[in-house]
Amino acid sequence: MAIWLRRSRSLAHYLKAEIGFWKVPNQRSFLNPCFFNPEKSSSTTLTGENYGNPPSFLGNSPTLFGSRRFESIKSGREELDLEDENGGHQNQAMDFPGGRISFTSEMKFISESPRERIPCYRVLDDDGLPIMHSSFVEVSKEAALKMFSNMVTLETMDTILYEAQRQGRISFYLTSIGEEAINIATAAALTPHDVVLPQYREPGVLLWRGFTLQEFSNQCFGNKADYGKGRQMPIHYGSNKHNYFTVSSTIATQIPQAVGAAYSLKMDKKDACVVTYFGDGGTSEGDFHAGLNFAAVMEAPVVYICRNNGWAISTPVSQQFRSDGVVVKGKAYGIRSIRVDGNDALAVYSATLAAREMAITEQKPILIEMLTYRVGHHSTSDDSTKYRPVDEIEHWKTARNPISRFRKWVDKNGWWSDKDESELRANVRKQLLQAIQVAEKAEKPPISNLFTDVYESLPSNLCEQEELLRESIKRHPQDYPSDVPV
Amino acid sequence: MAVVFQGIGATAALTSATSVDSKKLYILSRRLVSETKSTFMVVRSDGRLNSGSNRRAQKLITNAVATKADSSPATKPGHELLLFEALREGLEEEMERDARVCVMGEDVGHYGGSYKVTKDLANKYGDLRVLDTPIAENSFTGMAIGAAMTGLRPIVEGMNMGFLLLAFNQISNNCGMLHYTSGGQFTIPVVIRGPGGVGRQLGAEHSQRLESYFQSIPGIQMVACSTPYNAKGLMKAAIRSENPVILFEHVLLYNLKERIPDEEYILNLEEAEMVRPGEHITILTYSRMRYHVMQAAKTLVNKGYDPEVIDIRSLKPFDLHTIGNSVKKTHRVLIVEECMRTGGIGASLTAAINEYFHDYLDAPVVCLSSQDVPTPYAGTLEEWTVVQPTQIVTAVEQLCR
Repeated sequence: MAIWLRRSRSLAHYLKAEIGFWKVPNQRSFLNPCFFNPEKSSSTTLTGENYGNPPSFLGNSPTLFGSRRFESIKSGREELDLEDENGGHQNQAMDFPGGRISFTSEMKFISESPRERIPCYRVLDDDGLPIMHSSFVEVSKEAALKMFSNMVTLETMDTILYEAQRQGRISFYLTSIGEEAINIATAAALTPHDVVLPQYREPGVLLWRGFTLQEFSNQCFGNKADYGKGRQMPIHYGSNKHNYFTVSSTIATQIPQAVGAAYSLKMDKKDACVVTYFGDGGTSEGDFHAGLNFAAVMEAPVVYICRNNGWAISTPVSQQFRSDGVVVKGKAYGIRSIRVDGNDALAVYSATLAAREMAITEQKPILIEMLTYRVGHHSTSDDSTKYRPVDEIEHWKTARNPISRFRKWVDKNGWWSDKDESELRANVRKQLLQAIQVAEKAEKPPISNLFTDVYESLPSNLCEQEELLRESIKRHPQDYPSDVPV
Repeated sequence: MAVVFQGIGATAALTSATSVDSKKLYILSRRLVSETKSTFMVVRSDGRLNSGSNRRAQKLITNAVATKADSSPATKPGHELLLFEALREGLEEEMERDARVCVMGEDVGHYGGSYKVTKDLANKYGDLRVLDTPIAENSFTGMAIGAAMTGLRPIVEGMNMGFLLLAFNQISNNCGMLHYTSGGQFTIPVVIRGPGGVGRQLGAEHSQRLESYFQSIPGIQMVACSTPYNAKGLMKAAIRSENPVILFEHVLLYNLKERIPDEEYILNLEEAEMVRPGEHITILTYSRMRYHVMQAAKTLVNKGYDPEVIDIRSLKPFDLHTIGNSVKKTHRVLIVEECMRTGGIGASLTAAINEYFHDYLDAPVVCLSSQDVPTPYAGTLEEWTVVQPTQIVTAVEQLCR
């Protein structure tokens, strides 16, 4: 009984202190409060601090419960409690580095797992119907159709280029099937000035920003027109003019780099933020932890987007971490966080828009955990049916598909039809096949590109090495591929 | 060795030049830089020109005089300072000159840096430009890389070079690589610096010689400073370079005092320094070992030998031009380094000399290095893991027999 009361008191505390985004703050709040429905959030069961039962050997000292004051759940006052939620007593607090901490004579360990997991923000239900009283940013027809067609384009591009790899036309590919909503809807919420540091499963962001199917194909085929000059493997796109940092295969290295980029924006006081993506697996890397810590300490305007898609190659999340997903880790570093249904394009869009605004106006990092599923294999070098059931994959591919879900919503608004759909798909397919053909036939980058850009200008040792290579080629022309210009 | 040159307008890194004659003034073509200074001095060693773009237009002047550094470029006496102050001076001048230059590292801000290289800079330039970071080397190196890709010119200070082993992933996979893999779209003009080498009983973990580990990474440059004069010059050159540069300082050299010019100067990152010209044997060294070599040189001169001492300074790439000229003259090479026997700078240098100058050698290249052991804490043991002047003297005597 007493424990129940303690929990509900913590609810109030949690509500007023931790849901920073929802409260009416002293600082500017992003969206007009009337747009939202704060009562909605309180009626769902939220997890406050986690309580284990006090160890039985300590006994139940009656004074513990007797001296507590019980507050109304609806309280919205901001004052510092004389008694904190751990049952600490008033007048027994001490200034420690970092702030004031009250003492408690009760030895209580914070539970390692919550009773309830952090809830997930969604706007559309599985049938694409807006949930009653949900709060989201309105999307115009034009914007919605742009988002939808980009999602379809991304899916088509992934399917066809994956096939191209299977046919041996490109060496490698990695799809984002199942994560189209994250890719496109987050991109839609950003401006072109926001700097993006991807992991590797976010080509949709580049697609949204105007990277053409031809440019994508050029990179995959590593031809002369590739901006990377044929030096990286497929899907390692990069474009400075689109503010999309070149993909680096190493996991999570972009996380601290994002802090650096944000630091640069902060120094220049730009009205832009940095957005970086990583998967559930990436959160195990040391760089994730240090990077988030840095961002919080430096007050860097970074939006961290974790695509929790359940799998890191063959490692399921249950073997990746034991916490309640990734969203709770934000709190550990002092970062405002939210969990979003990653297959709900509207929820993703609204949350990212809000996060971006907060990051820029308040100059602090935000963490968004997007729950989704990696429908495709990890890459073309993987066969995921070896470690997960086929019907699980099928379920997420069909019943929980983000594109069809968004499509249903778009359809209901009367903005799309089957005819439009088939036209779009046919069109994209045709364009893409054409682009692939062009890319395949195009010339490869010349051999001099092997040595340029290692340094700003070619140093003597590389000049020498290039000469040696050229001599070797001259001597053995039959061993040199004919389609690579010298 | 040094030639005074009164420049017109300013230049950053010396990218190309046409050589005329060691006695006449060099005419340097410049990169366009918005800031100009009225007098600007460039100090070069011999007539050698560096960096790839120079290679086409030059007449290599091999008889350029490698005189002692005391025919110093300064027409005025200059000012005296310690090596760490020289580093700070260079750093401060560059921060003043270019608002994009910033420093990040542990305790660099109000604490002024563990070796006081960034002392008072936070007061002058603010907390944002002299940034204190949490303890995560991989992360603040990554942060510097991200900042560099977005247009800043960060300087990463490792409290001790050994800690940068934690940053190896970022340095190797991203710092050295991203300019290349992005097709030249993103440049990474970072400077990574810090003290390394064997100190006075700092323990094995704080006595690492990281130049051995980093030397293979494509895309980075490495330089090692040894005097206040070259410390300031190399610091400035490293900051102005568009390539990522790792600047190796030495824990025991921070309190060296020297008189350096008042005028602004920067040094070439790829050049070696002729410390003492000679005829009998070429001794190649860098950083702290330079001083052990010079001490041995005194003994050797008394014994009648004439060693030529070159401080190679540029660890990646090696200044094979200066080194080659020396080898062609003396025909004997001794390398004295602080790295371990296996896989150190000396090992690479030996391979390079054998490959290019084999015909000129009268004796095998001898490399004196530390043993392949972690540096012990006990003072006497530690002393014997580092090459001592007496060993150098013996080695020279044996080589010159």
